[in-house]
Amino acid sequence: MDFNDTPEQAAYRAQVRAWLEANAAEYLAPPEKPWGLDEFVARSKAWQRKKYEAGYAGITWPKAVGGQGLTPMHQIIFGQEESRTYVPTGLYSIGLGMCIPTVFTHGTPELIARFVPKALSGEEVWCQLFSEPVAGSDLASIRTRAECDGEAWVVNGQKVWTSFAHRSDFGILVTRTDFSAPKHRGLTMFIVDMKAPGVEVRPIRQMSGASDFNEVFFTDVRVPDSWRLGAVGDGWKVALTTLMHERLAVGGKPRHAPGWQMLIEVARGIETDSASALERADVRQRIASTYIADEGVKLTQMRALSALSRGAMPGPEQSIAKVVVAKTMQDMAAAALDLAESAGFAAEKGSDLEKLQQSYLWSAGLRIAGGTDEILRNIIAERVLGLPGDLRPPKDTPFNEIEPL
Amino acid sequence: MDFDLSDDAKTLREAARKFLEAEAGPKSARAVMDAEAPHDVALWAKVVAQGWPSARVPEAHGGLGLGTDEACVLAEEVGRSLAPVPLLATMDAIEALLIAGSEAQKARWLPRLAAGEAIGVVAWGEGDSKSPAQMPATRLESGRLSGVKTPVQDGLSATLAVVTVASADGPAMAIVDLASEGVTRSPVEALDLVRKSARIGFDSAPAEPLGDAADWVRLTERLAVLHAWEALGTAGAAMEMALAYAKDRQAFGLRIGRYQAVKHRLADMYIKGELARAHAMHGCWAWGTDASELAQAAAAARVASLEALSFTAEETLQLHGGIGFTWEHDCQFFYRRARAVSAALGSRAHWADRLVRALEQRNRAAA
Ligand SMILES: Cc1cc2nc3c(=O)[nH]c(=O)nc-3n(C[C@H](O)[C@H](O)[C@H](O)COP(=O)(O)OP(=O)(O)OC[C@H]3O[C@@H](n4cnc5c(N)ncnc54)[C@H](O)[C@@H]3O)c2cc1C
Repeated sequence: MDFNDTPEQAAYRAQVRAWLEANAAEYLAPPEKPWGLDEFVARSKAWQRKKYEAGYAGITWPKAVGGQGLTPMHQIIFGQEESRTYVPTGLYSIGLGMCIPTVFTHGTPELIARFVPKALSGEEVWCQLFSEPVAGSDLASIRTRAECDGEAWVVNGQKVWTSFAHRSDFGILVTRTDFSAPKHRGLTMFIVDMKAPGVEVRPIRQMSGASDFNEVFFTDVRVPDSWRLGAVGDGWKVALTTLMHERLAVGGKPRHAPGWQMLIEVARGIETDSASALERADVRQRIASTYIADEGVKLTQMRALSALSRGAMPGPEQSIAKVVVAKTMQDMAAAALDLAESAGFAAEKGSDLEKLQQSYLWSAGLRIAGGTDEILRNIIAERVLGLPGDLRPPKDTPFNEIEPL
Repeated sequence: MDFDLSDDAKTLREAARKFLEAEAGPKSARAVMDAEAPHDVALWAKVVAQGWPSARVPEAHGGLGLGTDEACVLAEEVGRSLAPVPLLATMDAIEALLIAGSEAQKARWLPRLAAGEAIGVVAWGEGDSKSPAQMPATRLESGRLSGVKTPVQDGLSATLAVVTVASADGPAMAIVDLASEGVTRSPVEALDLVRKSARIGFDSAPAEPLGDAADWVRLTERLAVLHAWEALGTAGAAMEMALAYAKDRQAFGLRIGRYQAVKHRLADMYIKGELARAHAMHGCWAWGTDASELAQAAAAARVASLEALSFTAEETLQLHGGIGFTWEHDCQFFYRRARAVSAALGSRAHWADRLVRALEQRNRAAA
């Protein structure tokens, strides 16, 4: 067992660190006041462009599609170093984390040549058009319709919760092309131009106050058949590629989200009748639980990474990361805010308590996004532990004849 | 970075699992529960023949001189099989000697412990509600030991004890041959009926000091790691039993494992188990490399493993329904063992407090 870099890894880390020192100097501290959306997008694009030009984009992607062809360990090292700064990266996590890997896994050479480089350089932003008002956890129940009309498909329907759709150039879109086929066999995946006629994006305000996700309406939107990903009817298989990458992308604790360190400092600063709140047994228990969960996830990911570097595939075991992290963030933030009594409820701008308020709000979304806690527990139970699936209507029932149980 | 057990440790684990599956398991646990003998004497002879007690003993003292990876997988497999032998107790005493023993003490005891001629135990509890960090009443004065240790798990089997004694700097250790004059022993009724407990009285028994108070702290950290692996093994075996039952038992026309109330709890066992394993591996690494993170890693391994074991033991029984509550069923072994593992080295609450103390120091160092 060894936590140290190999000489080759250490050299890469040093190179990354030197590059970040030279290029991320303005991001060594969090912004004085939060950026507006426009500024966030502009800064995100500029940062992605820099990474692209320096060879730090698509680190693990095959060279053939413009990536660096390096190992997951290189990706981790870059991520570790990058996360010491406050550079904006969230705009691309869905596009580069999930959409583009789906494109280069299932797309034709023409599609790859057209879309991958511009995504990688940050010039074009991507979104994931999967969830619908009637279908989230049960993704295979989507109803957005695509009908073949010669060389093109005509799309009608509605997507929802689409992160950054309002700032995206393209999206991967899962549609139903055959309503009389069984649920999982009537789906087809496309690339869609978000600026195409008939695409209407309406931002939705989140509980946290921000508007990062949207409703997207499709009215007679024409999509060329050459923009199809995978065969007609194979959309579920293609979507599974995306979801596999989602598991990797939404793994650990979000960068800079408050953790046990902040809980210690907040508790230390709170005076109770006798001593600082840090001396209270219940507070210490909470700090310990937070540490066990967050560091446990980190260490679990290191185990997975060690297995990966020996040739193993990322498996459903990774599902534990988000389940643990999101709920831990929520419990920890709630406990810290309560501990701070009225100062936690009406927190000063820019304070740790305000960060904890944000964490309290965001963690609620994190428990839902990218597979809810319940769905992830199902995945663990069924795919890791081999337990039987939920009771569901027969799999081969035509989609348009399914009756809810 | 390579965060994985060594290949040698994995090989040993496989061999140990095979051996214990054939030789131990709930059947032998039940036999010991029903018998007078404090442990399975025949099995212990075979375990000694495997050389396991000698794992951590340096070659110069007749041992195999293996690393912490190997010690940890042995603990896991013993925990898994519930093997009613005093292997872990003996390994505990060996660690105490490795940390704090003088050359003479090591030369005298290690070869005998390695060869299975002596059975060791570390005894700190005195039947009250103190943690292992609090001052014991037992005293060592001019080479004479006085006091009572109880309940001492595996204390009926042991021939050599490392006991905590009061010192100016906190609990310290003494080493005592249990065949000495002034030592009395009697069985104590405690929750775990397989790993039997003793009350050991010392009435001016001849004993030697073993290291100082700091050594006791260091020992408890190492034992926290070792026994975290034991807990992982025990929790793993319970969970496998629960899984098998959930896949087989039917209610309302479905396998019970199809109900989410059941399968999500199994998923939670898995999650707690994986978190505990990650911390236990971190602890194993910190112990093996004497890293400055040991205090933190050991406490985290302890807390996470106790949590995993408690939860798994309770929920395994629960999802067996009525049969799980019977004397004849194996659930009770895990259910009772969960409390034994906790009592052996201090509770979750005690170690959570130690964890936070280590974290506070780290936070301060970082600031
Ligand atoms: C911040 C955020 C960003 C998002 N971004 C995107 C995006 O960019 N693109 C995109 O396509 N989607 C996105 N989503 C949508 C997200 O994937 C879905 O919200 C999620 O999959 C849940 O679907 P749902 O909202 O329809 O809830 P439902 O599926 O209706 O679930 C409602 C409740 O029922 C439970 N439930 C459902 N099925 C089961 C079951 N089988 N067993 C037990 N419980 C069950 C759920 O766990 C949940 O508690 C985002 C969501 C959030 C919160």
